[in-house]
Amino acid sequence: MIPDLPLTAEDVAEIAEILAQSGYRELDLATRRFRLRVARAGDGSAEGTTQEWQWAGDAPAVAEAAGAEAVADPDVIASPLPGTFYHAPQPGAPPFVAVGDAVTADTVVGIVETMKLMNPVHAGRAGTVAAVLAANGALVAKGAPLVRLS
Amino acid sequence: MTIQRLFIANRGEIALRVLRTAHKMGIETVLGVSEADAASLPARLAGRAVVLGPGPSAQSYLAIDRVVAAAHETGCDAVHPGYGFLSENAAFARAVAAAGMVFVGPAVTTLEGMGDKLAARALALAAGLPVLPGGEAETAAAVAERVRQTGYPLLLKAVAGGGGKGMRRVDRAQDLDAALAMARAEAQAAFGNPAVYVERFVARGRHVEVQILGDGQTALHLGTRDCSIQRRFQKLVEEAPAPAMPDDARAAIEQAAVRLAQHIGYRGAGTAEFLVDAEDFSFYFLELNARIQVEHPVTEAITGVDLVEQQLLVAMGHPLSLTQAMVRPHGHAIEVRINAEDPDADFRPAPGTVRRAAWPAGPGIRVDSHIADGGEVPPFYDSLLGKLIVHGATRAEAVARMEAALRHLAIDGLPTTAPLHRRILADPRFIAGGVDTGFLAGLNPTEPQP
Repeated sequence: MIPDLPLTAEDVAEIAEILAQSGYRELDLATRRFRLRVARAGDGSAEGTTQEWQWAGDAPAVAEAAGAEAVADPDVIASPLPGTFYHAPQPGAPPFVAVGDAVTADTVVGIVETMKLMNPVHAGRAGTVAAVLAANGALVAKGAPLVRLS
Repeated sequence: MTIQRLFIANRGEIALRVLRTAHKMGIETVLGVSEADAASLPARLAGRAVVLGPGPSAQSYLAIDRVVAAAHETGCDAVHPGYGFLSENAAFARAVAAAGMVFVGPAVTTLEGMGDKLAARALALAAGLPVLPGGEAETAAAVAERVRQTGYPLLLKAVAGGGGKGMRRVDRAQDLDAALAMARAEAQAAFGNPAVYVERFVARGRHVEVQILGDGQTALHLGTRDCSIQRRFQKLVEEAPAPAMPDDARAAIEQAAVRLAQHIGYRGAGTAEFLVDAEDFSFYFLELNARIQVEHPVTEAITGVDLVEQQLLVAMGHPLSLTQAMVRPHGHAIEVRINAEDPDADFRPAPGTVRRAAWPAGPGIRVDSHIADGGEVPPFYDSLLGKLIVHGATRAEAVARMEAALRHLAIDGLPTTAPLHRRILADPRFIAGGVDTGFLAGLNPTEPQP
């Protein structure tokens, strides 16, 4: 099938211009597949136009990530952002920390890969690693418990 | 040949971009998606969508066997790889050809030559282009040896890289080991190859690139783009043509790019990237990206050329229908990347759900985005939500248009780079034009008040 694309950037620009020259503030276009709202935004000198699209159909299914509940336990190092948790800098390398290791606030305890970027996770306080809570390669939510200190 | 049914091996806004041109040309489309993207806008709008595998790229968008099998089984005769993912992967291009389909991109030998930064450098030298001191380093000892040649500050880059992944600036010897470990890990994750490249870092440099088009016999350029505003070596703002630069300096860079394209018999759309000294406009070849670029719309805006259409025509075996004299750029175009990131938290990526996406609209405004109300931003891929492109008769007009457009942009549900772009547009250095890659570090940290 040839893809069915409703309106090009030029079409939307044209609609916005027609709206700007009319006395109306908003144009609402609804079909079975989508709804497009072209509206004036701001007022006076800051006048402009926006486009807002809504598409028919089900919202995408989102994979359940571990630890959706944020943790408030001060002994637990929580993931600063959602992503994939890694124990070591690369496959086969020794882990950043193991149970019994002493850490300082600056010690890297793991990496969370999000959107292809490696984000080091710091201990945040001094202590001793009591447990590594998230599995290597686990998908973790923001706030998910990663490491417990004692 | 004629392409009847095109497989799009990508996601997000670029998948939608390719769909648009395919639609215009009357070509059927099949989109390969991950489970995380199964309900995405491109999947809904494609002629057909097939699921490649689970969310993580390694099991879907980077799984060569799955992508090729999906394209073959759905009766496609060509594959468009977009940018990133497999777009510059020679093994993928070879597998596509082996399955009897056309790879929309340059020859496999070009991908091999340009995918490896060292080989690219050698080809550029052979074509008579200037390059920076540096080189590849496999081991820690080899890195140390390279560092003796380049000195500090230096750049670590992924040999297989692009898009800033696996790239780190190192200012002091004591930071080298940690930066090297991170660069290698990122390079491994993003490209499946941890090898890095060490290069001298030019302090006051501008990033200027040239859009090229070739059909294997002849090549031409579609002018310059300036992409100096970057963070973590990822571009944030791009404009065409490169501003505040003498015409002869711009022409010298354009001609160097065409010389390289002709030297290697380049086929399709590509981009030659250069580091330009902000003071004397001397330039060094950095790399040739053998694919469509994220920032290609600014070139389309000033030239009126549909670059994806050109890619498809060349892939069908047509000679270039354009000549250099037919390329007559007019006006000025600016693009800003709206990413799901928190500029106040060191650009931390922020996947999630967009509750509401009110993008600007109007004359001279183009939005390339796959994100509408309720749009999902999965944690597996890069953070680009969309691109806002403006075109004006002059640079001043384009700047004013972008400033106004950004004022009305409203993305609710997750933090974006929009506030950062408002600060950039209000900065006198940006308004004057011709900033260097250190621009962001000197940016006013507060957003302008309306």
